Amino acid sequence: MFGNYITIPHLLIFVPLIAGLIAFLIKDESKVKAWSLFAAIVTLGVSVAGIYFSKNNDLSGLTFGYEWLKYLGASFAVSLDGVGRILTLLTGLSFPIIFIATNNSSYKNPHLFYGLMLLSLAGLMGVFVATDCLLFYFFWELALIPVYFLCSRWGGEKRIQATFKFFIYTFAGSLLMLIGIIYTYLQTGPTAFAPHSFALSAFQNVLLQPAQQQWLFWLFFVAFAIKMPIFPFHTWQPDTYEQSPTAVTMVLSGIMVKMGLFGVIRWLLPIFPAAVLQYDNIVIGLCVIGIIYASLIAIRQDDLKRLVAYSSIAHIGLMCASLFSAKQLAIEGVMIQMFNHGINIIGLWIVIELIERQLGIRKISQLGGIANKAPILTISLVVIALANIALPLTNSFIGEFLMFAGLYQFNVWYTVVAGISIILAAIYTLNMVQKVFYGEVNTLTVATQEIAFSEKAILAVIIVAIFLVGLFPQPLLQLTNESVAFLLTKLK
Amino acid sequence: MNNLQIVWLIPFLPLIGFLINGLGRKSLSKTLSGIIGSGVILGSFILSVWVFLQVKNGNTYVAHYYDFINLPSLKIGFDFQIDQLSSLFLLIITGVGFLIHVYSTSYMHEEESKDFAKYFSYLNLFIFSMLLLVMGGNYIIMFIGWEGVGLCSYLLIGFWFKNNDYNNAAKKAFIMNRIGDLGFLLAVFWLIAKVGTADYHVVFENVHKLSVTDITGITMLLFVGATGKSAQIPLYTWLPDAMAGPTPVSALIHAATMVTAGIYMIARSNLLFTMAPATQTVVAIVGLATAILAATIALKQNDIKKVLAYSTVSQLGYMFLGLGVGAYTGAVFHVMTHAFFKALLFLGAGSVIHAMSGEQDIRNMGGLKKYMSVTHVTFLLGCLAIAGMPPFSGFFSKDEILAAAFANNPVLWGVGVLGALMTAFYMFRLYAMTFLGKFRGTHDQEHHLHESPAAITIPLIILAILAVVGGWVGIPEVFIHGGHRLEAFLDPIFAGSKAITTQHEMSHTTEYALMAVSVGGALVALLYAWNKFSKYEKSTTEDSSIGKILANKWYVDELYETIIVKPMQSLAGFLNNTVERKGIDGFVNGIGKAVNYGSRQIRFLQSGQVGTYILLMVVGILIMFIIQFLSK
Amino acid sequence: MPINYYIFLSLAVFCIGIIGVLTRRNSIIIFMCVELMLNAANLLLVAFSKMHHLVLGTNFPTLASEAQVFVFFIMVVAAAEVSVGLAIIVMLYRNTHSVDVNFLNRLKN
Repeated sequence: MFGNYITIPHLLIFVPLIAGLIAFLIKDESKVKAWSLFAAIVTLGVSVAGIYFSKNNDLSGLTFGYEWLKYLGASFAVSLDGVGRILTLLTGLSFPIIFIATNNSSYKNPHLFYGLMLLSLAGLMGVFVATDCLLFYFFWELALIPVYFLCSRWGGEKRIQATFKFFIYTFAGSLLMLIGIIYTYLQTGPTAFAPHSFALSAFQNVLLQPAQQQWLFWLFFVAFAIKMPIFPFHTWQPDTYEQSPTAVTMVLSGIMVKMGLFGVIRWLLPIFPAAVLQYDNIVIGLCVIGIIYASLIAIRQDDLKRLVAYSSIAHIGLMCASLFSAKQLAIEGVMIQMFNHGINIIGLWIVIELIERQLGIRKISQLGGIANKAPILTISLVVIALANIALPLTNSFIGEFLMFAGLYQFNVWYTVVAGISIILAAIYTLNMVQKVFYGEVNTLTVATQEIAFSEKAILAVIIVAIFLVGLFPQPLLQLTNESVAFLLTKLK
Repeated sequence: MNNLQIVWLIPFLPLIGFLINGLGRKSLSKTLSGIIGSGVILGSFILSVWVFLQVKNGNTYVAHYYDFINLPSLKIGFDFQIDQLSSLFLLIITGVGFLIHVYSTSYMHEEESKDFAKYFSYLNLFIFSMLLLVMGGNYIIMFIGWEGVGLCSYLLIGFWFKNNDYNNAAKKAFIMNRIGDLGFLLAVFWLIAKVGTADYHVVFENVHKLSVTDITGITMLLFVGATGKSAQIPLYTWLPDAMAGPTPVSALIHAATMVTAGIYMIARSNLLFTMAPATQTVVAIVGLATAILAATIALKQNDIKKVLAYSTVSQLGYMFLGLGVGAYTGAVFHVMTHAFFKALLFLGAGSVIHAMSGEQDIRNMGGLKKYMSVTHVTFLLGCLAIAGMPPFSGFFSKDEILAAAFANNPVLWGVGVLGALMTAFYMFRLYAMTFLGKFRGTHDQEHHLHESPAAITIPLIILAILAVVGGWVGIPEVFIHGGHRLEAFLDPIFAGSKAITTQHEMSHTTEYALMAVSVGGALVALLYAWNKFSKYEKSTTEDSSIGKILANKWYVDELYETIIVKPMQSLAGFLNNTVERKGIDGFVNGIGKAVNYGSRQIRFLQSGQVGTYILLMVVGILIMFIIQFLSK
Repeated sequence: MPINYYIFLSLAVFCIGIIGVLTRRNSIIIFMCVELMLNAANLLLVAFSKMHHLVLGTNFPTLASEAQVFVFFIMVVAAAEVSVGLAIIVMLYRNTHSVDVNFLNRLKN
C-alpha cells in the first residue's frame, strides 16, 4: 500500500514510532540509551533532509494522503511547509541533545522511559506535519500521553499532583479543541467519499459565519493557550517543569510549548481570520499582562527550574502576542524565535541538570561561587542566559527584535509595556547568575567539579547554534517566508 | 570595489584576540596573552590610521558585507559606514584602547595567568563591540555594539566576581543600561514603522517625510538610550559604582570610550535632533543639570576613582549640553579631548593606587609628588586640561561648547561656567590631597611607595602629550583664522544640520570676554583649592549639612531604592504569593476541591444496601412512567 | 376470556414480587419474589401470544409459536439463575450464618 509513497514526513513519524516500540523491548540500560540516541539522530537526519529536499513551501508539495478513515473524510495526510520544517528541525535537533545531555542520569525501567520519549517524539513530529485535522488531533494526544506517564513515574516528590494538574489542564484544552474540530468538520463541504472532510484545505475554505467563528475561536484558542501557556492558563507549567525529570522538562519546554504556537499558526489564524481580527486586542492584552506578570514573578523565584519556567512564560507570551498582531515582521520573528527559544531553554535546562546532578540542589539561595570551581559551566550558562535575554549577536535578539518591531506597528503601548520585560529579564537573569555562580563557594557548592567532555561538547553545540543563528539569521528566515506570506493573505 | 571594503579587519582583529585569549586562557602565558591582547589592538589602530587618512582624502564608503535580515518589509545589511565621524572615533577607540592595553599588561600583572588572559579577552571583546557601535551602517549594527559594550562593561566591572559588592555594581550598570537600551530600541522600531529601514543614509534622506511628533518622539527615545549609556540624569548612578572594576577598565570604558557612545549616537543622528528643537532643549537641560549635579557631588568625594567618575559624568553632561545647543563639533571635540585627559587621569590614579598598595582614599595619601614624579607631572597636566586652562586641550573644547551655549541662551552659559569652576576646584582638591602636603598613610604604604614601571608610565606620557596638544586641532577662529581643522574635517557630517539652523555670529570681543570669565574663574578656584588642600590634615570634624548631602550623593541611590526597587520587589512578591498561589492556582485547585467535595457527598448514595438500590430503581422506573403519562 | 384478566393477574403478581423484594430482608424470600416477577412476565407473554395468535395465526402460523418460545427461554434462564443464586445464598449463609441481605453492604472483606 505504501510502496512508492514513503515520504520524508512519513519517515519523521514512523522512524521514532517504530524505534520507540522496539525500545520497549530492550531491557538493558546502556543498549536502550544507545538505541534511542541512534533513532533520534536518524530522525534528525530525516528532518535535515526535509529542509534540503523540499525547497518549495507549498503545503501540497510534500503532501501525501492515503484514505485513513475514508468515509469520515479523514486521510493520513502529511506535509512539510516552512513552519513545519523549522519545527521538525528543532525537534530533530533537540532529542539527540537531550539524550546525550541526560546520558549520565539513570532511570528506573529505562526501556519504558526511552520508549515513551520516542513515542512522544513521533507524536510531536506528527503534529508538525499533519495536514488533516483528525490526524493532527491524534498526534497532539500521542505527543502528550507519554509525557503524562513520564512525569508521573519518573518525576520528583510531588509528581502525582503536578502530573494531575498538567493532565487536567491539557486534557480540558484538548476536549474543547475536539468539540471545535467536530463542529468545524460538520460545516465542511462533501468530498468524493464522505459528506465532510477533515483536510486542512477543507478547514481553511470552510464558510463560517462571524458568530460561529467567535466561539470556535475560543475553543481552539483555549486549547492552544493552555499548551503555550498564556496567562492565566499557565499555572500547570511551573509545577510540571519543577517535578518532571529534566529530560522531560526539556521536551516540554523546548518543543511542546511550540505545539501551542504551531496550532495557532496552522489551525487558528487561517481558519478563523474574522475572529482573530476581532479578538486580537484581548489576546495580545492577555499576553502582555502575562509577559510582565511572569517576569515579575520570576524575580522572586528561588528554584532554578521555576525561574526558567516563568521566564519561558514571558517569552512565549511575546511570541503569541506577535502572532496575533498579524504583522509580517512579528510573525517572521515568531518563526525564528520558536527555534531559538527551544535551543536556548534546552541549554538552560542542561546547565541546571548538571548542577543538580552534581550537588543535588537547585535552590538559588543555597548555591554560590560555582564559577570558582567550574568556569566552563559558568561561561556556558552565562552565554545561554544572555541569549535567553536576547543580547545582540545571539539568536534570540533577531527573534525578539523582529517581534517587537512588528508589535510596534500593531500598537505602540503594548510594545512599551512588553518592552519592560527586557529590563526585568536582565534583572532576574543577572540575579540568578550572580547568586549561583559568583561570590565565594559555600559548604554545599565546595565540591563542584568541572563538567565532563561530552557535556562540554553538547553545550558547545548549543552555543555554536546560538551564535550561528545570531550572526546569520537569514537562511532560517528564508525558510518561512512563504508560510508567513500565506498567513498574511488569510488575515487581510 | 572600494579599498575601504577591508575595514572589516578593524573589528575582526580584536575579535580574534578575544577568541585566542578566551579559549586559550589556561595555556597562554601572561606575556603571550598580553602581547596578543595589545597586538591586535595595535593592528586595528594602524588600520584606523590608514582609514583616517583615506577619509581625509575624501574617500568615504558604506561597506556592505551580507544581508543580516532580508524580509519583504525590512532589509538590514551587515554594513559598516566609514566617514569622518566614525573614522575619528576609530582613532580614539583604538589609539587610547591600545595605550590602555599596554598599561594593563603591567597593572594586572598580579592576577593569575588564566585571569590575566580572561581580562584581556574581555577587553578585546569590548573594543570589538565598541568598533561595531561606531562603524555600523545602520541603527541595528550600532545597537549590537551598543549592547555589546554594556555586556563587556558588566563583565569587567564584575571582573573580581568573588566580591559581591562588585557584582552588584556590575548588575546595576547592566540593568540601568538596559533601561536606556529599551528607549533606543523603541526609537528604532518607530523608525522602522515610519521609514521602513534603519540605514543611516536612507533615514536621513527621508527625514523630512516624518512629522514633528515622529521626530520628537524618536529623538526623545534615542536620548533615553543615551542617558543610560552615557550616564546622564536620571540613569547616571551606575557609573560611580562601576569604579569597582579594575582601573584601566574605568579609564577605557567608563571614561574614554563607552560612555561617549551616547554622544556619538546623537552626533550621528544630528539631523534628526536638529529637526526636533523640543528634544534639543531637553538634551541641553539634562546635560547641564547632570554636569552641575555630578560636579557638586565630586566636591565631597574622598575616593580617588569616585571623584574621577563624577567628573566624567559631569564632563559628559557638558558634551550633551553641546549637542543640545547644536554645537555638534564641539561635543565631538570634547569627546576627543576628554578621552585623552580623562584616560590619563584614570591611568594616573591607577598608578597611584598601585603605588599605595590598593588604597583609594585620598585622605590617606598626600605628598606623593616626591615619590612618583612621572605620575605626578602627567596627572597635573591632566588636571590642567580638564580644568580648562589654556592652552591645554580641555580649554578649547569646553570653550567651544560654552560659547555655543551662550549664543543659545546666556543662562546656560552662566550655569555651565559655574560647573567649570567646580571642576577646577575638585580636580585640584584631588591633585593637592594626593600629591602635595605630607604623606598621611601607614608606614607600610610609605615604604612601598614607588614610581610605576615603564609599561605604565609610557602610556601616561603619551596621553599627557595628547592632553596638552590634542586641543590644537580645534583652535577657534578668533585666534587663528582656519584654525579649527576638526570642524572643517567633520563638516560633511554636520552640514545637513547647519543648513537648517541659523548661525549665531558672535563678536570677537564677546568671545574674548567669555573666555576670560571662565578661565579667570577656574584659575581662582584652582588656586584656592591648591592652597587649601595642600595643607590638608585628617580631621574628625563632622561635615556641614550640605556637605553631608553632597558626600552622600544627594541620596539619589536611596531615592531610587525607595521609589523603584522596593515597590517592584514587593509587587513581585505580591504577585508570586497572593495572585499566583492564592488567586489563579487557588481558583484552579478550587475547581478540583469542589469536584472532590461533591463526589464525597454523592458517595453516600452508594450505601451498599441492596434494598436501597432496588428502591431507587423502582422509583426511577415510576418516575419514567409518570413522565411518559404527563408528556402525552 | 378478555385479555384484561390476564393483565391484571400478571400486574398483581408483579407488584407482589416488587413489594416482596423491597420489604423483605431474607434473601431466599427476595429470591422467590424475583421468581414471581419473572413468572408475571411469562404469564403476560403467553397471554399476548395467544391473543395475537387468534388474530394473525391463520396468516402467520410461525409468529405465534415464536412468541411462546420466549417463555421457555425465560424459564431456562430462570432455572440457571436459581442454581447460581441458591449457590450464592449458600455461600452467604456459610460466611455470615444468616441469609439477611443487609449484611451484604460491603464490597470488600
